[in-house]
Amino acid sequence: MATTSKKNPVDTIFSFVTGAASFTVIVLIIAILYELVHESAPAIARFGIWKFLSSTDWNPVKESFGALTNIYGTILTTVLSLLMAIPVAIGIAVFVTEISPNFLKGPIGVAIELLAAIPSIIYGMWGLFTLSPIMSGYVEPFLKAIFEDVPVVGILFQGTPMGIDILTASIILSIMIIPFTASISRDSFNLTPAVVKESAYALGTTRWEVVRDIVIPYSKLGVFGGVVLSLGRALGETMAVAFVLGNNHRITTSLFDAAATITVTLANEFAEADNDIYLSSLFYLALVLFVMSFITLAIAKFFLLKAERKYSR
Amino acid sequence: MKVFFKVVLVLAVMLSFAQVEAAQTINGAGATFPYPVYGAWAFDYEKVTGVKLNYQSIGSGGGVRQITERTVDFGASDDPSQPDQLQKEKLFQFPAVIGGVVPVANLEGIKAGQLKLDSNTICKIFLGEIKIWNDDSIKKMNPGLKFPQGEITVVYRSDGSGTTAIYTHYLSETCPAWKEKVGEGKSVKYPVGIGGKGNEGVANYVKRTKNSIGYVEFAYAQQNKLGYAQLKNKAGNFVEPSFASFEDAAETGDFDAKKDFYLWLTNAPGKNSWPIAGATFILLAKEKTDSNKNVVKFYDWAFKNGDNKAKELIYVPLPKGLKDKIRAYWKANGLQ
Repeated sequence: MATTSKKNPVDTIFSFVTGAASFTVIVLIIAILYELVHESAPAIARFGIWKFLSSTDWNPVKESFGALTNIYGTILTTVLSLLMAIPVAIGIAVFVTEISPNFLKGPIGVAIELLAAIPSIIYGMWGLFTLSPIMSGYVEPFLKAIFEDVPVVGILFQGTPMGIDILTASIILSIMIIPFTASISRDSFNLTPAVVKESAYALGTTRWEVVRDIVIPYSKLGVFGGVVLSLGRALGETMAVAFVLGNNHRITTSLFDAAATITVTLANEFAEADNDIYLSSLFYLALVLFVMSFITLAIAKFFLLKAERKYSR
Repeated sequence: MKVFFKVVLVLAVMLSFAQVEAAQTINGAGATFPYPVYGAWAFDYEKVTGVKLNYQSIGSGGGVRQITERTVDFGASDDPSQPDQLQKEKLFQFPAVIGGVVPVANLEGIKAGQLKLDSNTICKIFLGEIKIWNDDSIKKMNPGLKFPQGEITVVYRSDGSGTTAIYTHYLSETCPAWKEKVGEGKSVKYPVGIGGKGNEGVANYVKRTKNSIGYVEFAYAQQNKLGYAQLKNKAGNFVEPSFASFEDAAETGDFDAKKDFYLWLTNAPGKNSWPIAGATFILLAKEKTDSNKNVVKFYDWAFKNGDNKAKELIYVPLPKGLKDKIRAYWKANGLQ
């Protein structure tokens, strides 16, 4: 490695170019953050931080804006989609790493990756034209018939099933985040030392016991990181949700109600926002999402790094 | 070094093309509603004159912002700007084409054009005060019709749009309760209902949801064969949405060149006027004399040769009297 100390001009240029490329990313993030804060300054001055975050009023005509309905919709659809996606994703990961015969691993892996490669607008169109009629015609009336009269749970199933609602949006979101969670879980599962697994099998444990008592405890940090990463993706998803969520700025309790998320509001209203405080409030909303995503990503990174350090020794 | 020269050569070629193009391109941005007709006109215009029109349908709000910041040759907006606003931003304004907003309902057993409504009932339905189709005020207006049981589902536009602006302007103009509780604008806070994204979203929801009512641009009502309603106009007649009733609204509308044609066509006084019509407008920067002349040349050509194309796409061309007024306005301001 002594040659690197003798500065070769090509080497210098190379390290400069790559360094500049990496540095650009940092500059970009700071520039975006600055721009968001700068553009939302009038809204921050007018509505404050707490009042903006806690107000449910979103009324462009009266120029009164609050983010709570958007934050509520964002968190609700995200959490619901995670609840649906995690079991499926972990199931896929377990099957691929522990159970599936070798010849099936390839096709399943490719299928998952293809799922991740479908553009979100296509999910949106599919959701609006295919999934939503199925939901309003069959799935939701069925759920309503079963659960409507059950106390407490029944609250979730009130109203006319329209197919354009929180439930449909969450299902689409869950399909979109399954590939992320599944592939990260699969990679984490693969980190489990083979020796430990083989010892367990030698002791006569079943597959279920190996997965439950060895693979999952070994990889839970990694899986958790994957989950939080898909949470970040679900938070920011726009087009797929915009088609089936209805952009309704109200806080609702039923899964059959329309709602709004931050990204959906931005996509729907940005182009026609014609007065300054309206535009500024939309930037403010984007800033809120930026902070939310940043925190989620930081948590995910923290756990993934911890997992890596623990098992890569 | 060879590579370097190649890069320079490629760049030079690209730049030279860019310059040639810049000389023959009109850049515009704004409303999505007239985009198909501007596109069709531009296609024909380029064939005849070689001048290209590059129109980006980013929304009316964006169109106004872009021309205010002078980044385009013209802006387009469904939402007319007030004369004092235009004065302040140093802009010219004139209408280009007319459209109409149509209430559409999905009612079993009731065909398109059979349902009759007036502004008061529509207003109450969209406020959530009338909840069922069997409401007395609706039944009284439609003696021959049998309405289905069940609650009304209101469908509105979830994204900001000129369609909503025209529709809510009509409701605010005719219904004091609406003006007080909701108001008008490109996005408003609807008290009831679900939101569909774009005209196609609303059309899709209405088509699929029984007992629903929504509002779309006329073209979408026709293309999707939705059950549009007849409306009672200012003169007290029930009219169907059609080229004739939109044109009638445009003719009786008092477009005034002194006010830069600032006018809402809603609730027009004509005997056969459709009450929810609206014009879409073009905005020009006052000091950009050269590019303005190019834009005006394009619209002058379109006014002369584009009527059939517009009708094919279910837009209503401006009536002749209004076109003459606009030409006079161009002359008076040195645009032609």
